Amino acid sequence: MALLQISEPGQSSAPHQRRLAAGIDLGTTNSLVATVRSGEAVTLKDQQGFDSLPSIVHYANLGIEVGRLAKEHAISDAINTIVSVKRFMGRTLTDIQANYAELPYVVSATENGLINIETRHGKVNPIQVSSEILRPLIALATKSLGGELDGVVITVPAYFDDAQRQGTKDAAELLGVKVFRLLNEPTAAAIAYGLDHDDEGVIAVYDLGGGTFDVSILRLSKGVFEVLATGGDSALGGDDFDNLLAQWIYQESGYTGDHSPALQREISRIACDAKEHLSKHDIAPLVLDLPCGSRWQGEISRATFDALIAPLVKRTVMASRRAVRDAGIELSDINQVVMVGGSTRVPCVRERVASYFQRELLTSIDPDKVVALGAAIQADILAGNKPDSDILLLDVLPLSLGLETMGGLTEKVIPRNTTIPVAKAQEFTTFKDGQTAMAIHILQGERELVEDCRSLARFELRGIPPMAAGAAHIRVTFQVDADGLLSVSAMEKSSGVKSSIEVKPSFGLTDNEVATMIKDSMTFARDDMDARMLAEQKVEASRVLEGLISAINDDGNLLNDEQLAPIRHAMMMLEQAVQAGELALIKDAIAACDEVSQDFAALRMDQSIRQALSGQSVDDI
Amino acid sequence: MDRLKPMNYFQLFALTPSFEIDLVELKTKYLDLQRAVHPDKFANASERERLISVQKAAQINDAFSVLNANDSRAQYLLELAGFELAHETQTLKDPMFLMQQMELREALEDITSASDPEQALIDFQAEISLYINEINNQFVTLFSRNDTDSLTTAADLVRKLKFMLKLAQEALRVEEKIFAY
Repeated sequence: MALLQISEPGQSSAPHQRRLAAGIDLGTTNSLVATVRSGEAVTLKDQQGFDSLPSIVHYANLGIEVGRLAKEHAISDAINTIVSVKRFMGRTLTDIQANYAELPYVVSATENGLINIETRHGKVNPIQVSSEILRPLIALATKSLGGELDGVVITVPAYFDDAQRQGTKDAAELLGVKVFRLLNEPTAAAIAYGLDHDDEGVIAVYDLGGGTFDVSILRLSKGVFEVLATGGDSALGGDDFDNLLAQWIYQESGYTGDHSPALQREISRIACDAKEHLSKHDIAPLVLDLPCGSRWQGEISRATFDALIAPLVKRTVMASRRAVRDAGIELSDINQVVMVGGSTRVPCVRERVASYFQRELLTSIDPDKVVALGAAIQADILAGNKPDSDILLLDVLPLSLGLETMGGLTEKVIPRNTTIPVAKAQEFTTFKDGQTAMAIHILQGERELVEDCRSLARFELRGIPPMAAGAAHIRVTFQVDADGLLSVSAMEKSSGVKSSIEVKPSFGLTDNEVATMIKDSMTFARDDMDARMLAEQKVEASRVLEGLISAINDDGNLLNDEQLAPIRHAMMMLEQAVQAGELALIKDAIAACDEVSQDFAALRMDQSIRQALSGQSVDDI
Repeated sequence: MDRLKPMNYFQLFALTPSFEIDLVELKTKYLDLQRAVHPDKFANASERERLISVQKAAQINDAFSVLNANDSRAQYLLELAGFELAHETQTLKDPMFLMQQMELREALEDITSASDPEQALIDFQAEISLYINEINNQFVTLFSRNDTDSLTTAADLVRKLKFMLKLAQEALRVEEKIFAY
């Protein structure tokens, strides 16, 4: 009977079911999740009423704590409390140690030189830590939306390279969550303000968070968002404002006694409160209980505070100036300036930035939420909940991709700022007689020397038939998807002999490391694991069936009955497999559906291309 | 990618193969095509459809970048006519042209020390674009004749065009220096 149901034209199994999607801002200091409800993007609040989750993970004696609970242990159990893990994503241990000299963690390197942090739960890497931050956010969205998510959009800094992007995506996938798309943070902020509806324009996004400052210059032309330049300072943020203010309070109080961590934390808290108070008032009262039992009372004016932080604000303006120059544009070309990050609430920051860019700033959306809100809007569109939307985000590759050639030099295969997705092939040859293998080293970066670029992956192409030097033709193909993620394949094609290998440089971990990580992430018993895999395959099966039903409804006319029959048969088999509830059966049936519908899918794509063009010529007439 | 038979780039954009194409029309069609095939439109589709979508979108991006620039479009037209220029090792055998290139390069180097470098650079850039226009015009004429001799000469023109475009690039670098961006 199922077969009849499928073949009846005009019927679909789940008509206009709203898909559940969320946008996640996985931040250095705080993370948020947002979704679109009744056409409006909103951030989601946890049970305590907070919508921002501190990006801190505490590996406690009993279980893992995330967010505010974890923050309480940041000092008392620093060694097991990972703060701002985003700084470590996709970075090598050497890199991290050079940038952050005084990390309180016990660290080691993976086989490929990436960082592992030794906690009381054993070794963890930045991907695992990030997935712990994502876990409560996804649980919150699932609970709030009332069902499993169909997918999420996660934001990443525009300058993130392949390893950092892949790591972010893997963090979500460790939780079994589908990532619709990685979205650049500045692009997300621009979407939240609806700037994608403009036709043309240059947008500056000024993002001053707790611990980092990023500035990006974007160009929007006919629906294409292009990142022209990014800049900033990875060690400058609102926390530095607090520290300066705390120092000032300490001096003003005249206290010279013991300098306990508790007192330091208390002063930091007072400083942070005062900073926030000064965003709305001209004077902030200060009260500090000193360990000697006495109480100090004072006040700070906005003018004094402004003078304290002026050098830091100036640094952000200098970085903005540099980004504008790197973008190759004039200041007057900039149409909009979007303010992101909690620290942009500080009036003095807004004044200085407005006076540099010589225009009014976009500040109407909460700067802590704007990135998550933009991600939610994009997630809603990608989920298919807004079929009429014609927004198209064409991203560009942030850094060039290339290969190592003789003499430690890099040869660029895909230059930066190429619109993605993109596929490019380059041919190489052997340089020794009888050479049967070739090492391929994939790099990302702008510099000429291999050692100055980031090494993404190495692999070897073996089985090249022995030939004279220069006679073999090795074709290396780079493919970058819409998220900016790369896969590389190599093939020897001379004399008809072909062999190929496919690598996914991923996060630079070896297959073994990946396997262990996935095993570790499964805190389930064996049965639970099977149940989880079965549930995942069932979801995938319904995705495949739903897709085919609507494809046949829309474009069934592309095929004759003879061509349709095997597809319908495969669909029926899949339905039966789902009903039988057997994992292996479902997997095979999905593969069979996929196999018989290949040509149909290609035909449909060609048809939509023709339609896109004919729509055009009708307009012309 | 074997399954997706490589469509001629002009066909892909429903354009008649020609050197002179309407770049605005090309861009409009490019965006229409991307709207139809971009992976974002297939976020919920099956793996197979997503794979095809990525490949098509990449192909359309590549086609657009080839057709959008004069030199790559000219080279592509010649390729369609059976003249492979992409991986050639053959060099340009035109002593007059090469001599002119050397002179132009020297002129460019001297600009920074000219009495009025800004004006000198503007003049230089104008001269280069004149040469480029001239090459483009000659290419159109030769290419339309469509016989082996004309096409062979047209291939030389594409090689010359590449020299000129490289020079224009270097002029931009000098511009950056002079105007101290």
